[in-house]
Amino acid sequence: MKLRRRGRSGPATAKPRLAARDLFEECLASLLARPGRAVLTVLGTVVGVAALAATDIVVTPKTGRTGRAVRQNVLPWDAEQRVGRLNGVVAAGTLTDVNVKGELVRAVPVNDPQGQTQFQVPVKAASPGLFRAVRARLSTGRLPDAGHSARGDRVVVLGPNVAAQLHVTRVDNQPAIYIGDRLYVVVGLLSTVQRQPSLLGSIVIPEGTAQREFGLTAPGSVQVETRIGAASVIAGQLPLALNPADPRVLKVAAPPEPRRVRAGVQRDLNSLFLLLGGVSLLVGAIGIANVTLVSVLERVGEIGLRRSLGAARRHIAAQFLMESTTLGLVGGVVGAAVGTLVVVGVAASRAWTPVLEAWVPLGAPLLGGAVGLLSGLYPSARAAALEPVEALRSTM
Amino acid sequence: MIDLSGAPADGHRLAGGLDKPVVRLSKVSRTFGADPPVHALRDVDLAIWPGEWVSIVGPSGSGKSTLLNIVGLLDRQTAGMYRLVGVDVAALDDLGRAGLRGRTIGFVFQAFHLLPHRTVLENVMLAELYVGAPRHGRQERARASLNRVGLDDRADFLPTKLSGGQQQRAAIARALVGEPSLLLCDEPTGNLDSHSAESLLDVFAQLSHDGLTLAVITHDDKVASRAGRQVRIVDGALDELTPPSAGNGQVHGS
Repeated sequence: MKLRRRGRSGPATAKPRLAARDLFEECLASLLARPGRAVLTVLGTVVGVAALAATDIVVTPKTGRTGRAVRQNVLPWDAEQRVGRLNGVVAAGTLTDVNVKGELVRAVPVNDPQGQTQFQVPVKAASPGLFRAVRARLSTGRLPDAGHSARGDRVVVLGPNVAAQLHVTRVDNQPAIYIGDRLYVVVGLLSTVQRQPSLLGSIVIPEGTAQREFGLTAPGSVQVETRIGAASVIAGQLPLALNPADPRVLKVAAPPEPRRVRAGVQRDLNSLFLLLGGVSLLVGAIGIANVTLVSVLERVGEIGLRRSLGAARRHIAAQFLMESTTLGLVGGVVGAAVGTLVVVGVAASRAWTPVLEAWVPLGAPLLGGAVGLLSGLYPSARAAALEPVEALRSTM
Repeated sequence: MIDLSGAPADGHRLAGGLDKPVVRLSKVSRTFGADPPVHALRDVDLAIWPGEWVSIVGPSGSGKSTLLNIVGLLDRQTAGMYRLVGVDVAALDDLGRAGLRGRTIGFVFQAFHLLPHRTVLENVMLAELYVGAPRHGRQERARASLNRVGLDDRADFLPTKLSGGQQQRAAIARALVGEPSLLLCDEPTGNLDSHSAESLLDVFAQLSHDGLTLAVITHDDKVASRAGRQVRIVDGALDELTPPSAGNGQVHGS
């Protein structure tokens, strides 16, 4: 068939056609005739696709700063010192539930026949470093130190709930409480703790005191605060440091990472980017539509000429659709690249891990192209609807 | 209805096998609007035979542009029949008209209509974009066409760097690609000085001598008088100024 055709010959009534390659070349030639305009037109789509591409790149912060608890009844008494020597540990201390054998706690000497005066209150033994490890804050008084523990002094620190129960509000008058029939001086009142909130409802006595008074045989747990990012490393080292003979008997409990918080932040961030991307894409689409429409109006004479050369309406429409789609496609490609670069750059500067979804390199250009195609619908319909007579009246 | 009023009486055209007119208008009318209707063309009968150089003259507003638009398939008549190279165009849709237009008619416009951002060669190559011509050899055919109008040395210039006369010759080269059955020219010298116009008419004379069919719309008597046959259109009605039989016979023999 091809051989029979030469020039415009062939049957005079044969349908006109526009080869895909010719269409593409015409499109490129038209766009490159005004490169500055093409670049500016593409910008909106670039921003939109970049924002959408960024939405789908998940940033994963490395493990943050967390406390660690080690529980077992095989912990050494010098656990605090052993753990404290590990690089990356900020503070460490032992915390042990003390078995008071049902003894009740009461304040001295309150004689209130109506009110309850004796309570069952959990008693915990703490090494001096514990208070830093759980980031305890005092409302008044002081914390027991190593001396108290070594001497086995009968001193206590009250959690705020216990203090309220026992009506202890100040320590400057050296209040005392009974645990069973033994008298303890209250040296400090806690206000808050960051970890181990059970301390708020407990009586805390020095570890040495617990040994002497209640026969404590070993620390129950070690609380550790690490530097940011060191938690996983410390967690691996703890069993060896505490029980080198048989590290497997120790259980290391890492508090769950704040995944839900992070997921929430990521979700908010994503919807922000999604919104930004959507708005930018809309603006980009309007930009492409506008520029294509202006292009149609500027090139009325050219449209007329093309009709005179045998272009049917569909060929005119195809040309302008091709131009707007190409603009969108280029915007999609550049936008995906920019979005990826930005996210990778930000992630690198924040020590995050960027995760690039598979759809970005493929889907972004398609999305851009679709935006361009949609934007070109109206202008190309306008171009195709032009009557050749009207179009040729316009000069080029 | 078959109307043979436009057919010439002399039989020598049949001798060359050219028994069909390129253009045949039979009682063609074109009315614009409805309230009140404007009759741009009234019952026009016109036959243009292969190899003829016909000039169509008339004052502005006489309907000669409407006639050109209908002959060039850029507009549709409201009544009557139009056959282009024997094809009744009333039966064609937009696609069919576009195809017929692209293959049979080469247009030359008063304002040249060259794409300003493309070289002369690329402008000429546009002619083959829509007619299904193979890409292979397109450039060579365009160069040959430029050569025919004496513009091959300007092939790689932008049209804006050319004089008006050169631009119009580039436009003619574009119209000539693919050997159209009819070269349809709308005031081709309207934007040219008299010297350029004169040399353009020489190009037309050469093309006519080569056997090309030309229809030239003009209001310039100098341009019109170069044609072998002149028709005048006034108020939408067509008159022969030079009888079709006079001075045209030898063209068809070539």
